[in-house]
Amino acid sequence: MAEQVNIFIDNKPGRLNAVTAILRDHDIDIRAMTIADHRDYGVAKLLVNDPHAAQRALAEHGFAAALQSVLAVAIADRPGGLHALLEILAQHAMNVQDAYGFVAVPGQRAIWCMEVAEPAAAASLIAAAGLEVLDDSELYRP
Amino acid sequence: MNVPVWNPAVEFMEREALERLQLVQLRKTVEQALKTPFYRRRLGEAGLTRPEDITSLRDLRSIPYTTKDDLRAAYPHGLLAVDLEQAIRLHTSSGTTGTPTVIYHTRRDIDHWTELVARCITATGASARDVFQNMTNYGLFTGGLGLHYGAERVGMLVIPASSGNTSRQIQLMKNFQTTVVHATPSYLLHLHASLASEGVDLEQLALRKAFIGAEPHSEQTRRKIEELFGIAAYNSYGLSEMNGPGVAFECVHQTGLHLWEDAYLLEVVDPRTLRPCAEEETGEIVLTTLQRQATPLLRYRTRDLSCWMGGHCPCGRGHRRLARIKGRSDDMLIINGVNVFPSQIEDVLMKTPEVGTNYLIQIEKRGSLDRLTVKTEIYAKLFTGDARTLEDLRERLGEALRSAILVKPVVELHEPGSLPVSEGKAKRVVDLRPAF
Repeated sequence: MAEQVNIFIDNKPGRLNAVTAILRDHDIDIRAMTIADHRDYGVAKLLVNDPHAAQRALAEHGFAAALQSVLAVAIADRPGGLHALLEILAQHAMNVQDAYGFVAVPGQRAIWCMEVAEPAAAASLIAAAGLEVLDDSELYRP
Repeated sequence: MNVPVWNPAVEFMEREALERLQLVQLRKTVEQALKTPFYRRRLGEAGLTRPEDITSLRDLRSIPYTTKDDLRAAYPHGLLAVDLEQAIRLHTSSGTTGTPTVIYHTRRDIDHWTELVARCITATGASARDVFQNMTNYGLFTGGLGLHYGAERVGMLVIPASSGNTSRQIQLMKNFQTTVVHATPSYLLHLHASLASEGVDLEQLALRKAFIGAEPHSEQTRRKIEELFGIAAYNSYGLSEMNGPGVAFECVHQTGLHLWEDAYLLEVVDPRTLRPCAEEETGEIVLTTLQRQATPLLRYRTRDLSCWMGGHCPCGRGHRRLARIKGRSDDMLIINGVNVFPSQIEDVLMKTPEVGTNYLIQIEKRGSLDRLTVKTEIYAKLFTGDARTLEDLRERLGEALRSAILVKPVVELHEPGSLPVSEGKAKRVVDLRPAF
């Protein structure tokens, strides 16, 4: 299963910039990211080409950074594409806790990353329904 | 002399008679103190084993000081001078962390404390004709019950409103035409700012006087309260170790706080060298109880800074005046009238593994009230990325701090390494309130 890097970032000027500087210096490519604001801090979730190297580099610079498994699914980049996936989860009463998505090939392929309570069970249901669950190697390479 | 007085015989006592009374009472207090395990040892070490060893007020200097740490070490019974059967009340210091302190009272102690508060109330010109709304916390905090008993003895109609709930306070003031209130200065400013949103006009109220205390404040703050409400505000000084309110109070002339010298012996000393300070020289207030049976205290170092005022008050009372409190000689913070030690906050943080050892305490004014912010660092190894866990931690810390210091803080979570490091003399407290 794919992994994302979670980072705790103070909500003040220059901190996010410090994260991207470290990633640049370690030649790490960001494929997608999201930040949730919690007043004094934010939690950034990053999908990168080498999550282990990114986590290590950030931790060495004193950041609280953690790896987390995430369910990445390829969907069609057209109206109803995401709905087809969410329909499967809804039918099995599975809740999406956090999610973000990005377009891989415009008009053809998008990728949806999500956190669910039981990722393994969700992955097999999705695969059984004919959708493609991506592993890390496939996901990190452009 | 036409000033309101509760107990003319004591309040206008000649200096010589007052000092004779002080000596008699000091001996009695030493006798009472020698009944406690703490003082038997402490005074014994100083060669003081009998009350007769005290032959003049100057002998006070041969008595060792008592500190808050002594009170903590003697908790809960080490300073009790009577059988528990004779004690009818106790007040204990706030906080669930650290060792608290306790003061016991016999029926006579409560009666005498009440007498002192009645004197204070009367000295401001308030009387049985007044409706008194007591806006300070009832319970272990001495401000509520202390003023309550004194006001009842004076015969005022007492509304035991306790602290907080501004909307209800304003309704009570309006419905019962409250003429006198007791509150912290910052709360009164807050209350004034809330009048408009409650749809109440000053004209609908009957307020004439306010007793303000529990937190140091400037003359400007007092004048501001007086102008905003169109009332007279009187400064009150007390501390739980010395009963609570009723130690010193302003009379109608508002020129310093008369300290009831038949009940307390006051010394002002340099907090570092312990050298006695001259009149009008600021130092630490050291108090000895002269009337208390259950918990006598000798030369208690209050850590409050002030000085004796020179000259005489136009009211004619012989009891000398203390200047308004100028600050503290220790690190105690007073937040909305509640005493908080930074160590209490540190204790809570150190017991929480999810946060690191660096922290910062910030106090600022928000409107007229104080706001406390506790900034902590998350512990990197326990971070998973789950914001719910972090928000739970924030809530848990806020609740633990509130229960320890009785003030609800804003808890902030920050990156590891972003706050001053714990070694050395890191500045952990940032007080952004304007100096009083």
